This record gives sequence, structure tokens and C-alpha cells, in this order.
Amino acid sequence: MKHYGLYLGLASVLALTLAACADDASGDGDREARSGNDQDDSEIVRVDPNPYPSTYTPPPSGLTLIRGATVFDGVGGEFQNTDLLIRDGVIAEIGEGLEAPDDAQVVDAEGRFITPGVVDIHSHLGVYPSPSTNAHSDGNEATDPVTAEVWAEHSVWPQDPGFDAALIGGVTTLHILPGSANLFGGRGVTLRNVPGRTVQSMKFPDAPYTVKMACGENPARVYGGRGRSPATDMGNMAGYRSSWIEASRYRDSWHDYWEQAEDGEDVDPPNRDLELDTLMGVLEGEILVQMHCYRADQMAQVLDMADEFGYQVSAFHHGVEAYKIPDLLAEAGTCAAVWADWGGFKMEAYDSIRENLALTHAGGACAMIHSDSELGIQRLNQEVAKALADGRRMGLDISDADAIAWFTSRPAQALGIFEETGSIETGKRADIVLWSDHPFSSYATADQVFIDGALMYDAEDETRRTVRDFMLGQPGEGDN
Amino acid sequence: MKRLLTAIAVAAITSLPALAQTVAVTNGRVVTNTDGGVLNNGTVIIRDGDIVAVGTGLDLPQGAEVIDANGGWITPGLFHPATQLGLIEVGAESSTRDTAADESVFNATLRVSDGFNYEGSHIDESRIDGITRFALYPSTGSSILAGRGALADSSGEAGSLFADDQFMLVDLSRSGARTAGGSKPAAWAYLRAALNDARTYPGRYMSSQTGIVLNRADAQAFEAAARGEMPIIFAMDDNADILRLIAFKEENPGLRVVIMGGAEAHTVAQELANADIPVILDPMRNLPDSFDVLSSSMEAAGLLFDAGVDVAFSTAASDSYFNTRLLTQHAAISVAHGADWADAFRAVTLTPAEIYGYGDRFGALAPGYAGDLVVWDGDPLEVMSAPTHVFIEGEAQSMETRQTRLAQRYAEIRSDAEYAYHH
Repeated sequence: MKHYGLYLGLASVLALTLAACADDASGDGDREARSGNDQDDSEIVRVDPNPYPSTYTPPPSGLTLIRGATVFDGVGGEFQNTDLLIRDGVIAEIGEGLEAPDDAQVVDAEGRFITPGVVDIHSHLGVYPSPSTNAHSDGNEATDPVTAEVWAEHSVWPQDPGFDAALIGGVTTLHILPGSANLFGGRGVTLRNVPGRTVQSMKFPDAPYTVKMACGENPARVYGGRGRSPATDMGNMAGYRSSWIEASRYRDSWHDYWEQAEDGEDVDPPNRDLELDTLMGVLEGEILVQMHCYRADQMAQVLDMADEFGYQVSAFHHGVEAYKIPDLLAEAGTCAAVWADWGGFKMEAYDSIRENLALTHAGGACAMIHSDSELGIQRLNQEVAKALADGRRMGLDISDADAIAWFTSRPAQALGIFEETGSIETGKRADIVLWSDHPFSSYATADQVFIDGALMYDAEDETRRTVRDFMLGQPGEGDN
Repeated sequence: MKRLLTAIAVAAITSLPALAQTVAVTNGRVVTNTDGGVLNNGTVIIRDGDIVAVGTGLDLPQGAEVIDANGGWITPGLFHPATQLGLIEVGAESSTRDTAADESVFNATLRVSDGFNYEGSHIDESRIDGITRFALYPSTGSSILAGRGALADSSGEAGSLFADDQFMLVDLSRSGARTAGGSKPAAWAYLRAALNDARTYPGRYMSSQTGIVLNRADAQAFEAAARGEMPIIFAMDDNADILRLIAFKEENPGLRVVIMGGAEAHTVAQELANADIPVILDPMRNLPDSFDVLSSSMEAAGLLFDAGVDVAFSTAASDSYFNTRLLTQHAAISVAHGADWADAFRAVTLTPAEIYGYGDRFGALAPGYAGDLVVWDGDPLEVMSAPTHVFIEGEAQSMETRQTRLAQRYAEIRSDAEYAYHH
């Protein structure tokens, strides 16, 4: 349990080598800032790390004081009768008996509960939206086992009504992944759960890119069924390793080029390759690996492979057998993002147990909940409650407050956005859920959901409820 | 695994003598599902497998085995109205799946009982979450007539399938439309023709092996349903289809009609109540995942209850064989969105028993009912609650499963050399 993938932090801070495309005069501020300190640098070709930048701007928010709630801070704290002051979209003060500024909206939350906004690290909203028509099946580019060149954000349909339902479930940030048909399924994207006409307007500013990889039965079934590789687990491993070898060569060719160009030599840059751009980003530590894997032995193989090629797996997703190897996960600093109780649908999911999350956590690894479901994402608090109760029933001593981290700070850490969200700490984005009851009760629902301090959902106010275009004028408009 | 199998075998061998026992479950909040309502600090007495007394301040019979509910809840065992427990072990492995027969020449004559594996491991998982009875249904294969369903208990023992040929499943949903050739009109045309075949059985088949659409065996199997002697469970979601079904029932007044799915049923709730058609519904479904279910809502169950529709809850949105155990969580969603607790709990106990004709035997705690009883450590609809004891016809059930064995094995991480010897 070393660093939970935190080593990466925000891409904006660390995206150095994949930095700017300085020969492009239309570059944004970031690009110029990064490339501006070397006058010769303008001649050097670089790969633009962010060609589809976020246009998200926090919705307007005022001053809000939420009074008297039980506050779970998402990092292990539980505070009774506590007030929360939100100013300029961030958490300004936390404490007892805070004074209400003159122009503050005051919410009486006595007897109610506050958690950080729910973060789902595994969602296919937008890429497999509702309704699930043929035209909307946009999550798996299942035409080749290696499609690291595709980006989920180019498939996300911002009008998916599932986003509205997830908001009512308290979700403020979610990570959209390609499916698991391929060894490398493509890049994921982290979104703010806000309505937007464009995907860009939902993108979490400067969140690190991720890449989806997949172990096991899915790629082997999809491609083996077509008489091509991979058809087996060993074929899967050979496929990843071949790609990493290619990516290492590609990275070296760029580094050689940059070195020579910076020395003033007249050299041509390597040919751009979209697929290898993504894989190089992983090797450079800038793109986080989010890997679909079920079985303990398969996860162990992948951890060795990560060592072989010098990269880090941020999190195993599904990790149905994570409970068998918490020691290996902890040693590698790799998280497990799991369900409370899904299983049985294929052999690699057969050893699913209800205590998986709790046992993995108790074994010293970083563990968290994930949904992988447009329904599950609406109640990740309940999924955590089940996992916690099952863990306690077998004798594991885990507090409510520690388990709240499983749907808040842990996924934020594994996505490299924890400095900005995932906990209730002063200075952080005011992503907050006010629950009607203890969030581990079946009967708890979100009364209010704030994103960057703005009230995005209010159970008592019909006007504070998003309705995506698709549902407008349809039967069922506005239903939850 | 060996120990588990041995334990089950022992249970089977000792099951006959155990019937002569008296069990008293005391000191709990008793949900009776009768006019008696909920009893605080109540007691339930089971003798020879049947409930003989329910009340407060009861004298405990001499020699009774006394189970202290310890202030928890005592409820009827859950009755899951729509499962494929024992029909699927691993969803993706066809060698473990006996739900649908895409390439069979038969349809109505298919019986799920012929594929039921009473040792299926997921039955145990559902049992330890409080499910004591369940309906088994087929999936749609080569025809919209999917076959005949059965009822079983969750003991995991030979003989646990206690009622065969209980209902016919007819798929009139979007998948039925595809199966019938490509449209809803094709599915309805097939249904009318199949009913005609079944109603004219055996006369039509004196001179031929085939009818309009059904062969002799299928026509014979469909006859009971066609004559109203067996309920037909119609899979459908769209309110337009539901209204067509209500009209169809009026034209065929003898049919016993139940809807499974019913994502838009709440929009025609009064019509369903008037037509006396029960609905098997999953309260979790709330997204417009197709154009047939644009109105689906987590408030649907409450609206159906308010209109007086008989509703049983399923776990369709989770699955039919592994997470059937989540029935209480699905039920709780309806309560969090407007339904009364008592209605929701009835929808996972007594109402499903009534739909299948066993409302006088299962689903309530009252004299004369089977001793199917669950002791919970809290409100059964709370996700953090779980059963501490499960009784089926008065017999205490094992709370150990393959999954609990795995959890125990990995409660601590042992060396690779040792772990496999720990069992």
C-alpha cells in the first residue's frame, strides 16, 4: 500500500515530455507557457498532449453554509454536528458553529449526512448510453485487439439520460472507459457530471489521461472467435508485450529526436502514431493504466509485465479475486476497483465473494467500489454499504468513515485527481452530497448535490433537476 | 468443497427425523404478512415443518429447540418470483446453462424442471440471503413460447423442486418480437395461432402431427394454459403492449394472465388493477434503455401499489441466477421512492406465492403455513442487514456456501505452499 497511484498527480503538473506542440501558433496558454522558455524550442516538433481541451467552467455558485450535518470527509473522518462553508466553488471552512456570512444561502442539515461527491472510476455512460440502440453502441472498437489510438471522449454522447440519473445518485465525477473487447481498448476520459452540449464542456480540467487494458476471457473470446490472436491468455500477454516493445522503441525514437534537435542538429521527427502516442504516455508515467482483470493469477502476471516494461498499473478493475492477493497489490501500489457482489457470469468471475472489497482493504491494498453499470452508478453508497457489512460480518474492523473513502477519495486517487476532489478538505472543489439519511441506509437518497459549489440537483426543487435532450418531450420526462 | 458436499449429504440423510421437531423462534420483531401485522417481541412456533403458533407471550412447548432472534426481525422466507437458479452455474459457459433452446424443435413442451440442478451453488447464496422459495423460468429460445416453469425451495437438496408445470412463459417483449420473425405483430400472430392449436388439441392432430404453428407435443403442453388451467407469464414492458394484453384478456376471459417486466405498467396501473393482472417488476429499472421503456421509473412500484395492482418484485436488472440474492435491495429501492414498506415486503414474500397459487402455504407467518422463516439482524430491506438463521419447513439451513468458504480461506493470506491445505 505505497502510494495508491498517487505518484502521478495531475497531468497539468507533470505532462512534460509529451508537452507542447510549439510549432502551432494557435496553441493555448498552457502550450506556450511550457514551450516558451527555450527560443529554439519553437522549431522542435512535440506531441500535443491535450488537443481536445476541457472547456468546463464551474457553474455559477454563491456562498453556501450547510449547517449541522454529520460530515464524512472521505479520508477517514466523521464529524458530528458540523458546518460547511462553500465559497467561490471551493470548500472554505469546516467546523462547528460557523457564522453565516450576510449573503450566504443557509441549508439546515441537522440530522442529515454529508459526503464528498461520489466518484465512479468505471462507467460507460455516454459510450453505451440509454437507449441502447445499435447506433449508440460506441464503447468497443472491436476491430483489432490493440486500439490504443481511440479515445472514449470521441464516443461519449453527452445527451445520455444516464448522466441525469447518476447525478441524482450523488455522482459528481466519473471516468468513462472503452469496453473490454481489446487488449488495449483506448483512452478513458474523466468527466464532471454536469450537463453539456459538448463532451469538452464536461471534461475534468487537466485530469490525467488513462488507457483501458483488458485481461482474460473477453479479448480471447472476441478475437479467438475470429480465428486470430489473441485466442488465449498467453496470446493476450504476447499481445501486450509486443505492443510495449513497439511503444518503447517509439518513445526512444522521440527522445533521440528531441535530444538531437535540442542540440541544434537538423533532424526529422519520427512519424506520429496515434496508438503509440498513448502507449508512450504510459511509459512516460503520464497516462494511467486502468486494467480490466478478474483473476488473481492474471493480475500477478500483469504486475510482472508492468515491471518488465517500467510502468505502473493504476488500478485493476473488477478484480473479482483481488482478495486473494492484497499483498501483491499493496507491494505494487496498485488499487483494486471492484463490485460489491457481481459474479458468476463467466469462469473468471466464478470466485466472486461478497467480502472482496473489505478483505482487499483489510489486507493492506488500496480498494474501492466501481459501478460498470448505468444502474449501479446510481447507488454506489449502497454498494459500499453491502461490502462493508459483509466485511464486518466476517470480523473485519472497518469504520463507516473509512468505507466512505471507497466511493470518494480512493477512486479520485486512482484517477490522479485527488488533489482537487474526492474529499471534504478546505481548498478543494466543493463537490458535495447532502444525504437524507445515513448513506449506508437503503432508504437514503441524495437531497442535494453540489458540483464546484453549485447546486446541481435538489430533490425539493423541480427546477434543479437536469433533463437531457433525449428525454425532453418524451413519456417519462423528468422521472427518476 | 468436499466438506460442504458431505454436510449437504448428511443434511439429506437426517432430514426425515428432523421433521418431528418443534422449533420456537423467540424475541424478535415478527412480520406476519397477515392482518396480525407486525408483532414486537414475538414468537413463532414450528412443529413438524409447519407453523403452529405466532404471537407474543406464547408458552414454549417442552422440548422445543429455541432460537433466540436476539431482538432481530423474524419474517417469512422470501419468495423470488423469477429466477434461473440451478439452471445456470456460469453464465458464459453453455455447458452449465439449461435455460433456452435456440435450436430445439420444441417450445411449450420444454420444462425447466428437466434442467434443474438442485446442487447449483448459487442456490446456497440466495438461501443465506433469505430466499427460501423461488420460481424457475425458461428463457426464450426458438419460439415466443419459452416453455413451462416450476417452483423450488432453496435447501439445495434432492426433491427441492416441489411443483412442476406451474406456468407458461410467453415472450411478447422486444426480444419476443425478434424471435417471432421481426415484429410485435408477428409475435401476436404467433400467439393467437398457438392458442388456436392448443384449444383444438387433440382434434386437429388426429390426422396430422402439426397445427398452424405448434407440433403435437407443444400443442399438448400449451393446452392447460390455453384453457386457463395454468397461468401464462407474459414478458413485456411497453404500456402499449400491456393495453393490448388487457384487451386480449377480455377477448379470452378464461386466460390467467401475469405480466413480467412491466417497466411502463405504472402508466396504466388502473387498467391493470381493473383487469386483475399481477405484475412481476424490478423496481431498480429506471432508465430508458429502449424505446419500449421510456417511462420506466423507480416510483413505478409505489404507483402500482396505490392503484391496487398485485406486484411481486424481481431482480431482473441484476440477473436471474447469481444476484437473485439481492431481492431485498431491489425491494428497498421502491421504498426509498414512495412505496410503503409493508407493500414492498409483501412483494417479495406473499404476493409471489399468491401469483403461483401458493398464497395459503408460503409467504406469511400464520398457523398452517410452511415453516419457512428467516431471522435477520435488522430490517431485512436494509442493505447492511443479513439473515442469521434460515428455516425451510422447520429445518435450520446451512449458512455456509462455496463463497463463505472462499472468504474464510482468504481471511488471512497464507503462503503458496500452505493455502490449498486450508479447508
